[in-house]
Amino acid sequence: MKSLKTLVTALTLSATVMAQAADNVKVGFVYVGPTGDAGWTYSHDEARKYVVDQLGDKVETSYVESVAEGADAERVIRNLAAKGHDLIFTTSFGYMNPTLKVAKRFPNVKFEHATGYKQSKNVGTYMARAYQARYLTGLVAGKMTKSNVIGYVASFPIPEVIRGINAFTKGVREVNPDATVKVVWVSTWYDPAKEREAAETLILQKADVLTQHTDSAAVIQTAEAKGIYAIGYHSDMSAYGSTAHLTSAVHDWRPIYLAKTKAVLNDTWTKEDIWYGIKEGVTDIAPLNDAIPADVKAMVLAKKAALKAGTIRVFDGPIKDQSGVEKVAKGASLSDGDLKGFGWYVEGVDGKLPKS
Amino acid sequence: MFNTSLKLEKRPSDSQTMSYLSPLLAIILTLICGGILFALLGHDPLEALYTFFISPLTDAYGWAELGIKVAPLLLCATGLMMCFKAKIWNIGAEGQFIMGGLGGSWAALQFLDATSSWVLIPIMLTGMASGLVWAAITAYLKTHFKANEILTTIMLNYIAVNALLWAVHGPLKDPQGFNFPESALFVDATLLPLISDDYRLNISIFFGLFALVAVWTLMSRTWVGYQIQVLGEDAKAARYAGFKENQLTWFALLTCGALAGLAGVSEVTGPIGQLIPSISPGYGYAAIIVVFLGRMNPIGLVFASMLLALTYMGGEMVQMEMALPKSLTGLFQGMLLFFLLACDLLISYRVVLVKKVLDKKVSPSATIDAAS
Repeated sequence: MKSLKTLVTALTLSATVMAQAADNVKVGFVYVGPTGDAGWTYSHDEARKYVVDQLGDKVETSYVESVAEGADAERVIRNLAAKGHDLIFTTSFGYMNPTLKVAKRFPNVKFEHATGYKQSKNVGTYMARAYQARYLTGLVAGKMTKSNVIGYVASFPIPEVIRGINAFTKGVREVNPDATVKVVWVSTWYDPAKEREAAETLILQKADVLTQHTDSAAVIQTAEAKGIYAIGYHSDMSAYGSTAHLTSAVHDWRPIYLAKTKAVLNDTWTKEDIWYGIKEGVTDIAPLNDAIPADVKAMVLAKKAALKAGTIRVFDGPIKDQSGVEKVAKGASLSDGDLKGFGWYVEGVDGKLPKS
Repeated sequence: MFNTSLKLEKRPSDSQTMSYLSPLLAIILTLICGGILFALLGHDPLEALYTFFISPLTDAYGWAELGIKVAPLLLCATGLMMCFKAKIWNIGAEGQFIMGGLGGSWAALQFLDATSSWVLIPIMLTGMASGLVWAAITAYLKTHFKANEILTTIMLNYIAVNALLWAVHGPLKDPQGFNFPESALFVDATLLPLISDDYRLNISIFFGLFALVAVWTLMSRTWVGYQIQVLGEDAKAARYAGFKENQLTWFALLTCGALAGLAGVSEVTGPIGQLIPSISPGYGYAAIIVVFLGRMNPIGLVFASMLLALTYMGGEMVQMEMALPKSLTGLFQGMLLFFLLACDLLISYRVVLVKKVLDKKVSPSATIDAAS
C-alpha cells in the first residue's frame, strides 16, 4: 500500500516536472552578421534580449552569428533544431531554402524566416515595411539638401533594396522635384571599408545627404567626418555622428519576436506571412536631429501619422518610372504583390538598375 | 661592454621525424592556449574544448557534416599540392572553385526537366572544364609572359567572384524568384546522390578521396610526377635534364583547376542545390592551409582537412552552447597556423644568444676578425 502511494507521488511529481518543462521555450536565432554590426543583426539581437527581459525564465535563447548564406546555414539551423529549440528565427533572405529543408525534418519545431517569400506547415515569414520609414526619411533628405544630389549606398539589387530606394526617392521628390538620388552598389551587406569608399565617391559627385542600405554605420561616420548630413538605416545610428545624423529608418522586431515566442508558449502558433510597418510599430524613424527646421519636422510627423492611420500609402499614384512613363495612375496604388517584386526605378533615381 | 641579442641559426641537420611531428606539436600548443583562453573568458577549459572539438562529432550526423566540408577541401588541396610540389604558387583554387560552381550551375539549369541522373555527367564535366579554363588563363600568362602566378591567380579570384555575382543577379536568376539573386532550385536528377537519405553527405567525398589517391600515385609512381617534383626541387636541373617546364606548368595548373572546379560543381549540386551569391566559405584559401598543415602528404591532407573542417563546426557549437563569439573560429585557425609555422621554423633553426663586443675603440679590422 505504501509502495503504491510512493508510486503515485512519484508519478504526480514527474507529471508536474513535465508540465513545467512545457512551460518554457527555447528560442534560437541565426544571424547573418556580427551582433555588434550596429545595423541589421544588432536590431534582431536587441529584440532577442527584449524577449528574455519580458518572459524571464519562461524563455531560453541562443544565437549563432555571422552564419554564411551557403551550405553551412543548413547545418546551423538543423543543429539548433536538434538541440531542442522550439522556435527558430532565421534572419536573412539567404536562409530561405535551408530553413525549409530543415523544417521538413523537424515538423514539431516552429521556424520564422525574415524577408523570404516561401512558407510551409511550420515555417512562417516576417518582414518590416521599412519602405514606409524610407519615404519619411526621404522627405527629410529632400528638404535638407542644398546641392540637390543625395547619395545612396546600396547592397544588392533585390526587391527589398529597390523598394527602399524608390520609397526614399519618392519622399525626396515630393518635397523637392529638382533633387536626384544617386545610387552606388557595393555588392555586400557588411563591409565598412567598401561602404566608406562608396560614400566618398558620392560626396565627390556633390551629394550632401547620404543614406545607405548596408549593415554598418560607416556611411554615417564618413558624413560626420566630411561635414555633410546622413540618414541611418536598421537602427538609430545617431551615436556615430551627432551632427551628421538627421534620422534613421529603423526596425523594431520586438513586437514580432515577443508575440511569436508567446504563441509557441501558449501553443497557439500558426504559420503566417507577416508584413508589419509603422502601424504595428515594427518600422519607425529615429528621433529627428535639431538641425531640421520645425516645419519640416511637423510635416514628417504628420505624414507618419497619416501612414499609421492608413489615409495615405507610400506608393500612391501618380508614379512615373525613370523614362517618364506613368506606372501608377492617380488614385491607384501599388499592391503588396507589386512591392514584393519591385524591379524598376521610379523617376528621380540617377543611374541604371543593374540587371540582365 | 657586452650586449646580447638573439639570432636564428640553421641547425646542422633537419630532423625528418620532427618535421612530421610539428603539426602535432602545433595542435597541442593550440589546445593549451585555447584552454587558457577559455579559462580567461570564464568557462571551464576542458568543457569548452570538448564542446569545440569533440561534441560536433558525437553523432553520425556530425561526421556526415564533417564529410561535407572535407570533400571540397580535399579536392582543392589535392590540386594545390601538385602545384606547390612544382613550386607553382597557385592561390587561385578559390576562383577555380567558384567558376566550377558557376559553370556547373549553368549546366544544371539546362536540365530542369531531367528525370535521369545521367545528366550529372555533363554537369560535372562542365564544372570541371570551367575550373580548368580559369586555371588555363594563369598557365597561359605564366608560360607566355612569365606573369607571376601569385598575382594573376589572386586577381582572377576577384574576377570569378564578380562573374558569379553577375550571373546570379542576371542570366541565371530564377525567373519566378521575385528578383532575388538566386537561381531556380536544381531538380533531383541534377543533384549528387546522397550516401544515406538521413544525412546531407553525398558522393563528392569519394571524388575527393579518389582524386587524392590518383594524384598521389601520379606524383610518386609516374614519369610526369617525377618531372614535376624535380622542377619544384631544382628548376635549373629540370631544364638541364631537358624537362619541358612549360608543359609541366600547364599540366599542374590545369589539373588543379579541374579538381577545384569539380569541388565547386559538387557544392552547388550537393549541399546547396542551387546557385546563390556565396557558394564558398573560402574553401580555396583554407585548402592552402590544409596542404601545408598536411605536409603535402596524402594521409596528412586527409587529417588536416578534417581538422580545419572541425574548427568551423566547433565554432558554431561554442556559440550555440556557451554563447561565445564567432571570432573564436578564426582565432583557433590562426593559432594553429601560427604554431605550425613557429614549430617548423624552430625545427630547422635554433635560437642562439649572441654576445657582441660593443667597444668603440676596437678597430674595424679587429671587428672583422672577431666576426670571422
